[in-house]
Amino acid sequence: MSTSITGRSLVDDLPDPDDHGHPHEGDRAGTGRWGDRLFGGAAKGSGIFVVLLVSLVGFFLVIQAVPSLMNNNANFLTSTEWIPSGSNPRFGIAALLWATVITSVIAMAIAVPLGVAVALFITEYAPTWLSKPAAVIIDLLAAVPSIVFGFWGLSVAGQYFEPVKAFMAEYLGWIPFFADAGPSAKSTLAFAGIILAFMILPIITAISREVFNQVPTAHKEGALALGATRWEMIRTAVLPFGKPGVISGAMLGLGRALGETLAVMILLSALNPNAPWSFSIFNGGETFASKIALNAGEFDSPQKTGAYIAAGLVLFILTFVVNSIARVVINRRKAFSE
Amino acid sequence: MSAMTHVGEDSPRASAASTSTGSDLGGKSSSRAIRDQAARIIMWTAFGIAVIPLIWILASTILKGGHMLASVDWWTLSQNGITARREGGGAAHAIQGTLMQGAVTALMSVPIGVLTAIYLVEYGRGRLAKVVSFMVDILTGVPSIVAALFIYALWVTTFGFQRVPFAVTLALVLLMIPTIVRSTEEMLKLVPNELREASYALGVPKWKTIVSIVLPTAFSGIVTGILLGLARVMGETAPLIILGPYAKSMASNLFGGLMGTLPTMINQDRTEALQPAIDRVWGAALTLILIVFVLNLLGRFLGRFSKVS
Repeated sequence: MSTSITGRSLVDDLPDPDDHGHPHEGDRAGTGRWGDRLFGGAAKGSGIFVVLLVSLVGFFLVIQAVPSLMNNNANFLTSTEWIPSGSNPRFGIAALLWATVITSVIAMAIAVPLGVAVALFITEYAPTWLSKPAAVIIDLLAAVPSIVFGFWGLSVAGQYFEPVKAFMAEYLGWIPFFADAGPSAKSTLAFAGIILAFMILPIITAISREVFNQVPTAHKEGALALGATRWEMIRTAVLPFGKPGVISGAMLGLGRALGETLAVMILLSALNPNAPWSFSIFNGGETFASKIALNAGEFDSPQKTGAYIAAGLVLFILTFVVNSIARVVINRRKAFSE
Repeated sequence: MSAMTHVGEDSPRASAASTSTGSDLGGKSSSRAIRDQAARIIMWTAFGIAVIPLIWILASTILKGGHMLASVDWWTLSQNGITARREGGGAAHAIQGTLMQGAVTALMSVPIGVLTAIYLVEYGRGRLAKVVSFMVDILTGVPSIVAALFIYALWVTTFGFQRVPFAVTLALVLLMIPTIVRSTEEMLKLVPNELREASYALGVPKWKTIVSIVLPTAFSGIVTGILLGLARVMGETAPLIILGPYAKSMASNLFGGLMGTLPTMINQDRTEALQPAIDRVWGAALTLILIVFVLNLLGRFLGRFSKVS
């Protein structure tokens, strides 16, 4: 049964233990009559439509971004300025890229270990009565709308991060990374990363769980029979088997974190354009997605709109690459285990 | 105690029956037993940590927004003519907008999604099928803001149309298709091949086999996937911010004017410091969570009646 609300079904990609699920029979059952041609054509047409759709997304973003990029007087990749309109448009994505990557890295650093641990809890540790409800509860976390996460983070949870930030800034502040850069704790990159972690946790857990469930019982019982404790059994049998699944789950989570919009937009405080550059995670900032969403009301000239679409294009390429890696990892594993 | 005892007590079958925690952590237990126990504690703690935000968010929204939902006005009135300063009014316009856009999105994405899944499972062979499958994966990962920008580039910049609710649904379709394709694909693969073969053996053409044997068998599973996909897109806010500005009054025209929705209602008032506005934000948040959770749990419940699993 599909209980994944994350839109992924890795079960397809994994070797099928029961060896059913190859419905590719009946190739010649198509009669060539109008019914078959019509239905088969519609199915194929939908498939082609999806391919076209993704190509069109890339195509349209490029078409609309290029004119703005041509007028850009700053280096698009390395500049931290963002003045997309006027006679001397200067805009670059360096600051956006930094904020996007650092919030995602923080989110991953928390969500991957936590997500894997939760998946192990559900598959190996939870008593049978708890295992299913626990999985549903984690999936429901993915159903909480992004905007609710953001608003809740800002108005309820954020204040409890203040002491953490104060503590870290005081004792680790000599590292530029942890220096206190001004904004209140709930509006920092660090806190946005933490909230993101909980938003991507369900997808990492869901995929790790699916893979851990596929670990052959013989492997596990073998480890136990050799005298391994439960934890040793997990370390020697479950984790090595599930590693590719965990990696691709993490990559999909990363893809989500990179593109997450509303929560980040609500939480992060935008920086003063003249503020000095800072590497601190206790600083404000804007990610690709939050910058675009925050300025949606200002898409008035093609030049300006193009600049934001260019930023969106970079985000699209980033997520495309990350998701493709996830896909390749899963495929490699499939080739390996068959 | 020796490690042998552990094997017995920790084997999956033994613990499934008794759920006893690690056996002997007396003074003489080995470091292996301690590590095992530590791992167990870590896993339980991890689950505890993961559950905190969900419970906390639910508690916050219910405590701060629950009283809004208790009044009949909330479900029947709009915010027409009501400022942030004033109490009163309801969220009927936003609820209607969210449900309407969700329904139209589903109407467009279900046929495309289900047919694509049928193509991938029943027809797809060779290169094209691989490309389609890969593209569905990529579509799964497209951030909602990018989907919204694409529709903006197409609808507003290229075609020169206005930002209307229908444009929002187009962006949502982009996000809903991959969810439907993946879940439907999974369900179709679970339909036993014997059913198909029996049908072919009776001389039933392929398309009729799919329509009257395969799809009905997988039906409830497909519906589950659709409901879960719907739950996902209804909570999406980014496309609404780019393409669907908020309106305070009732609206039902998808092709003209503005339409309020629950996410944009939250976004509208979230920066206000006045209590009536804050109450409305929490009320709208709770309503949105309720709708999404109900769809979600309904989907899972229907999945139980699946003929294949």
